[in-house]
Amino acid sequence: MLQDKDRIFTNLYGQDDWKLEGARKRGDWDNTAAILAKGRDGVVAEMKASGLRGRGGAGFPTGLKWSFMPKQSDGRPHYLVINGDESEPGTCKDREVMRHEPHKLIESALIASFAMGAHAAYIYIRGEFFREAEHLQYAVDEAYAAGLLGKNAAGTGWDFDFYIHRGAGAYICGEETALLESLEGKKGQPRMKPPFPAGVGLYGCPTTVNNVESISVASTIMRRGASWFAGLGRPNNAGSKLMAISGHVNTPCVFEEELGVPLKDIIEKHGGGVRGGWDNLLAVIPGGCSVPVLPKSICETVLMDYDSLRAERSGLGTACMIVMDKSTDIIEAIARFSRFFKHESCGQCTPCREGTGWMMRMMDRMVQGRAELEEIDLLEQVTRQVEGHTICALGDAAAWPIQGLIRHFRPEMEARIRQYKAAPGGTGLVQVPAHGVPVAAE
Amino acid sequence: MVRVIVDGTPVDVAPGSSALQACEAAGKEIPRFCYHERLSVAGNCRMCLVQVVRAPKPVASCGFPVSEGMEILTDTDVVRRARRAVMEFLLINHPLDCPICDQGGECDLQDQAYGYGTGISRYHEDKRAVTDKNLGPLVKTVMTRCIQCTRCVRFTTEVAGTPELGMVSRGENAEITTYVEKALTSELSGNLIDICPVGALTAKPTAFHARSWEYKKTDSIDVLDALGTNIQVQARGGEVMRIVPRVNDEVNEEWLSDKARFSVDGLKRRRLDKPWVRVHGKFHAASWQDAFVSLARRLDGVSGDRIGAVAGDLCDAESLCALKDLMSALGSSNIDCRQDGAWYDTSAREGYLFNSDIVGIDEADALLIVGSVPRHEAPVLNARIRKRFLRAGRGGFPIAMIGASSADPTYDVTFLGDGPDVLTSLLDGSIPFAETLKSAKRPMIILGHGALTRRDAQAVYEACRTLAEQSGAIADGWNGFNILHTAASRVGALDLGFLPGPRGLAAANMLRGGVDVLWLMGADEFPIDKIAPETFVVYQGHHGDAAAARADIILPGAAYTEKPGTYVNMAGRVQRAFRAVFPPGDAREDWRILRAFSEVVGHTLPYDTLEALRARMVEVNPVFASIGSVATPQARLPAQAEGTAQKTTAEFSASAFRPAIDDYYQTNPISRASPTMAECSRIYAPVRAVAAE
Repeated sequence: MLQDKDRIFTNLYGQDDWKLEGARKRGDWDNTAAILAKGRDGVVAEMKASGLRGRGGAGFPTGLKWSFMPKQSDGRPHYLVINGDESEPGTCKDREVMRHEPHKLIESALIASFAMGAHAAYIYIRGEFFREAEHLQYAVDEAYAAGLLGKNAAGTGWDFDFYIHRGAGAYICGEETALLESLEGKKGQPRMKPPFPAGVGLYGCPTTVNNVESISVASTIMRRGASWFAGLGRPNNAGSKLMAISGHVNTPCVFEEELGVPLKDIIEKHGGGVRGGWDNLLAVIPGGCSVPVLPKSICETVLMDYDSLRAERSGLGTACMIVMDKSTDIIEAIARFSRFFKHESCGQCTPCREGTGWMMRMMDRMVQGRAELEEIDLLEQVTRQVEGHTICALGDAAAWPIQGLIRHFRPEMEARIRQYKAAPGGTGLVQVPAHGVPVAAE
Repeated sequence: MVRVIVDGTPVDVAPGSSALQACEAAGKEIPRFCYHERLSVAGNCRMCLVQVVRAPKPVASCGFPVSEGMEILTDTDVVRRARRAVMEFLLINHPLDCPICDQGGECDLQDQAYGYGTGISRYHEDKRAVTDKNLGPLVKTVMTRCIQCTRCVRFTTEVAGTPELGMVSRGENAEITTYVEKALTSELSGNLIDICPVGALTAKPTAFHARSWEYKKTDSIDVLDALGTNIQVQARGGEVMRIVPRVNDEVNEEWLSDKARFSVDGLKRRRLDKPWVRVHGKFHAASWQDAFVSLARRLDGVSGDRIGAVAGDLCDAESLCALKDLMSALGSSNIDCRQDGAWYDTSAREGYLFNSDIVGIDEADALLIVGSVPRHEAPVLNARIRKRFLRAGRGGFPIAMIGASSADPTYDVTFLGDGPDVLTSLLDGSIPFAETLKSAKRPMIILGHGALTRRDAQAVYEACRTLAEQSGAIADGWNGFNILHTAASRVGALDLGFLPGPRGLAAANMLRGGVDVLWLMGADEFPIDKIAPETFVVYQGHHGDAAAARADIILPGAAYTEKPGTYVNMAGRVQRAFRAVFPPGDAREDWRILRAFSEVVGHTLPYDTLEALRARMVEVNPVFASIGSVATPQARLPAQAEGTAQKTTAEFSASAFRPAIDDYYQTNPISRASPTMAECSRIYAPVRAVAAE
C-alpha cells in the first residue's frame, strides 16, 4: 500500500490551490534548472532506471520510448505530444491531473521535451474536458507570465512552448497516430507503423506521444530519484499509479496506489468494498473497457500490475477498474462495449470496420439469447479474426472484452440461449439459421 | 540493394521497397485491394498481410519497409487464416450481386474471393447498404459494393488533382462521397473505374451493355489528343464497346483521359457509311465506282496547282502518305496538315516536337507554359506535370504560365501575364521567373497552340526558342523546348512533309479560293463558311460533321478503331494501332480509298499492300521505321535556316493568348457525335454567352 510520503499527486482531489502558487508549495517548479542540468542523456537514463511504464494502457517503458528520439536533429523540429484524450469508458484519471495538478504536467512536459530535444509540446485534450482545458490554459498562461515557459523556460536555458489542442470527442483520437492526424487537422485515422512517430510523427517530424500521467510523474521521479520510484511496486512493475474504481462499490473514487497491490485489497480499501459485500462480486474489468473481464475467482488473488494481470490473460490497461456485482447482466455489459467499439471504429481498415459491427450484432442477440450454441464459437472466431489484423489496437480492444466474456462466462451465455428457446412463444425453431438451413432445437 | 528472403528464396530489392514489392520480385502473388503502384500506400484493406519472422503479428506488406536479411513468409497457416479472415470481413457487407454487376469477370474482389476466400458465409446479420452517389455523367456508383479501399480518394487527390472525393463518417457507416453531391470535374475521372477494385465505380454510359469476357481486345493508340495514349479497344461483334488504357510508362503510365475513354458511342453515330455525290445541291447515295468517276470527271482538266488537300487531326500516317503521294501525282503541292494555321519551325524535327519526351517532365525542374492549357489539351500529360510537382515538394518545381485559363491547372502556377509581351520581359530578365528558369538545371518550356495559331505565332515561337537557348533549356543531353500538340495526326504529318511545297498554298489560302478542288481528309476544325463558295469540296472522313455538310463528294473513311494505323505522338514516338472492328457499311480504310481512286484518275499509287505503303513511309522519313520509340536522339537544334531567320522581325501583337480548346469534350468529329461527350459538355463546359434574341 502506498504511503503518504510517496504520493506523487498530492492535490489529486483539488483540495489545495491548483494554481501556480499552490503548485510551488507542493514542490513543483522547484529548481527545474537543476534537473535539466543532468543533461539529455542523464534525464533519459534516470527515466529508464525508474522503470516507469506507459500509463496510458499499453505499458511500454517510457524512458525507452524517449530514447528512440533522434539524438541529433536533421533540421526537423522534434515534438512532444501529450495524450489527454482520455476517452476509455470507465477511465477518469488524467482528468484529475489536468484540472488539479496542471503545473506538474507542464513542468514534466518541459523535462520530457528537453530529454527528447523538443522545443514544443502539444497536449491533445478530450473535447468533453472543458474545465480541464480551461484550468490547463490558465496554468500555461501563469507559467508564461512567470517565465516558466517560453524562451529560457524556468531559467533552464531551454526554449519551450506548450500548446493546448482540444479534440472533438472521438475515441480513436486517443490512439497515438490518429491523435497526430487529428492534431494536424485531418480526420482522426491511425497511421501505418512503421514509420513510428519517433521517426515520422507530427507534421512528419520526430515525435513522442505520451499519456498525461506518464509525463506528469517525470518531475517527481527526477526530484526523488529513479531508485525511489523503482523501489515502489514490484519488479518490472515499478512505481505508483493513478487508479480508479467505478461501478458497484460503496465509494467509487480516483486514487493513487502502488502497483502490485492485491485487487481485492484495493477494492476494500479505496472502493469501500463491493456493494453488498465481497461475495456479491460478479466480475471486475481491471483497466478500462478494452481489457478482458476477470471473474470473482481471479479477483480474489490477482495483483494490480501489468504482469500479474497479463498472466491472467487480462491487462492493467489504464488501471481504472469497473466493478460489477451479481445484479449485473454481464452479457449485456459486454454487449454495451461492443456497441461502443462499433460506434468508435474509424472505418479505415477492414477487420475492425466490418468486425466490430458483426460482433456487436451477435452480442446483441446473445443478450437476448436469440442465437445458437455454436454461434458462441463463431463469435470467438470472429474476435480472433479481428485481433492482430488491424492497423491500430482498437480492433484488439474490441475483441478482448468478448474473449474475456466467453472465457469466463460461457455457461451464462449458453443458459441465456437455452432460456430463450424454452421461453413461451419460442417455437424451438431457430431464428437465425446457422448455415442457411433451419435447425430444430434440441 | 537489400537482400530479403521470401519463403526461403533470397531476392535483392532496392532499399526502401515494401515487403509486397519484395514478394513480387520473388514471384509470389500477394492479394491486395487498397495498394496501387501509382498511388500512396494506405494499408487499410489488410488483404496483403504476410508474416515477417520475428514480428509479433502479421504485417501489411504494402507498407512494411524491407530491411537487410528480413525473412518474409507468404504461405503459412497464419497468413492463410488472415487472408481468409479479411476476405470474409470484406464480403459480409458486400452485396454479392456479381451476376448484375458490370465489374463481374474483372473484379479484384471476385477473383481474390475465389483464390483466398472460404466459399461460405457465416454472416447472418443484416447487411449494410449505402446510398448511391451521383458523380456526373461518366462514373456510375453502386456504393453498397464499396470496400472502402480509398483508391478513388487517393487517385482524385494525388493524380487527378481534384480532391473531390473523401471518406466521411466512420466505422461501418464510412462511405465514399463528394459530400455535397456534384459531378467530378476531373478530365481523368474515367480512371476511377479502372482503379476501383470492385463494382462500386463503373462506367455510366456503358452500364449493363456487355460483360468483360465477351470483348475482343485490340491494342490501339488514342487519337483524340496528341499524347498518343496507349489504349486497348474492346469490341463485341462489330461494335466498339469500350476503350481502356494500356500501361506505357513512357507515355501515359496507365491513365486515359475521359474524352478518349467515353467518346466510343460517337463511333456509332453520324457515321458516313456510303459515298455521296451532290447533284443539283442535293446529296445522292452513290457506289464507290460512281463517286470515283464523278470526282475524276471533275478533276479532269483542272491544273495541279488548282487542287489542294487539307488533312485533319485524326488521320493516320498511312492515309497522309497516300494523300500526299496522290496530290503530287496530280501535280499539286497544295497540301497542309495545319488546318488551325499553326506555325512551327519545320526545318528540323526538333522544331515541332515535345522534345524532352513525356518522361522528360519527371526530370524537369522548372517549367514555363506559354499559350497552353495542358489540362484540356492533354489531361494525362497534365497529370504527369502534377506528379512531378508533387514529387518535387514545395517550391521544388516552379511553374509559370503565360496566357490565362479558367481551368484550375491542378498545381501551383505563377501567372506571368496574358500576352506575348511577357516573353520580352523574360528575355531581358526583368521579371523574377527569368532567373528561376536560368538557374534551373533542366528548365522546360511548353509552347501550346494557344500561341502557335495566332498571327504573331512565329514571333512567339522564336522568342520562346531564344528564351530556351538563353536559359539552358536546349543544352547537351537536354532539350526542354517542347511543343504541346493538340492534334494526333500533326507530328506524323509534319514528319511526312504534309506541308505546302515551294509554291504551294497553306490551308488558309486554299480555303480562301486558292484552289478549285479542295480535298479535306477528316478536316473539320475550321470555320467551314471560310471555304470559298465556288470551291468543289471532297470530304474523305468517317463522320458527318461540319465539313461533310459542305462537301460535294463524300468518301466514307474509317475511324481510328477501324484501321491499322501509324501515329506519331507529340514527342515523336511512332506507335502502331491495330484494327479492332471493320468500318460500317461501304466505308473503307482511307489509304485504300486513295489507292483505288488513284487508279481511276490514272496515277496509280505504287503500293498495293499496307506493308508496301509503310515501306514508302520509311522511304519518305526513316523515323517511321522505329516503332514504339522516339526515333531521333534529341540533339541541339540546327542553326536556323537563312530563310526563316530574316522573318524574326515579326512583332508581337498585344492581344492575350486564347486557349486552343474552348470545350474539352467537343474537339473532334467523334466526340461531337458522342451523346456522352455532349452531356459532359453540357455539364462541365463554361457557360457561354448567349446572344440576346
